[in-house]
Amino acid sequence: MKISEIKSILNADLICGEEYLEKEVFTACGSDMMSDVLAYVKEQAVLLSGLVNPQVVRTAEMMDMKCIVFVRGKQPDTDIIDLAKEREIVLLRTSYEMFTSCGLLYKNGLKGGCGL
Amino acid sequence: MLLSLHYDVSGTDFTCAGEASGKIKKALKELGFPASLIRNVAIAVYEGEINMVIHGGGGVIDAEISPECVSVVLADQGPGIPDISLAMQEGYSTAPDNVRQLGFGAGMGLPNIKKYTDEMIIESEVGKGTTIRLKVFVK
Repeated sequence: MKISEIKSILNADLICGEEYLEKEVFTACGSDMMSDVLAYVKEQAVLLSGLVNPQVVRTAEMMDMKCIVFVRGKQPDTDIIDLAKEREIVLLRTSYEMFTSCGLLYKNGLKGGCGL
Repeated sequence: MLLSLHYDVSGTDFTCAGEASGKIKKALKELGFPASLIRNVAIAVYEGEINMVIHGGGGVIDAEISPECVSVVLADQGPGIPDISLAMQEGYSTAPDNVRQLGFGAGMGLPNIKKYTDEMIIESEVGKGTTIRLKVFVK
């Protein structure tokens, strides 16, 4: 799935990273707990989170993720956006809640990793 | 030795936590190390850096990069860890609520460093500080 399709499925606003919207991603994870993302996530390219702070971007950076979707309409501040731009990570914002966002992406073919 | 890197980590600015880990990750990428090794080092150092800010009052990170191995030493002069085996248990955390609200403090930091490295040694003395030495070998 292209990141642009995630944007469309979640009716999301693009915050930054327009030049990377055509990148392909295959897996995603949803969490507000960055410790768990670092501990359990493998090879996922998209992070959905309702947490808004610079450590969300840094966690995605360490995990080689390409895109962060802020759920529940959460808006990151300019420091967070600048950090994501430097790290070439796409930021999207959707008004859907976490459960709905994950469900819509899963239904449309994005997987959770480990073949599931 | 290909490269030695040194970083000071602030003990007060949580927003900057991860800056050193990001720079080490970038250096390894530029040197052409395999992506899996880079990610393992990045996650382990990031966890250590976060710990340093949450618990250690800041500190220093020194990385030595050779063609065979990436060695990193993270040292703080914080309160120290009274019971290291307890601190190594998954889920055990002494992080305050404000840190949990930032998405950390699940008690996965030290276990995660062990998981992503080939060698991990913790030396800690109560009242003096904690030093973590980790190694990831190029396979």
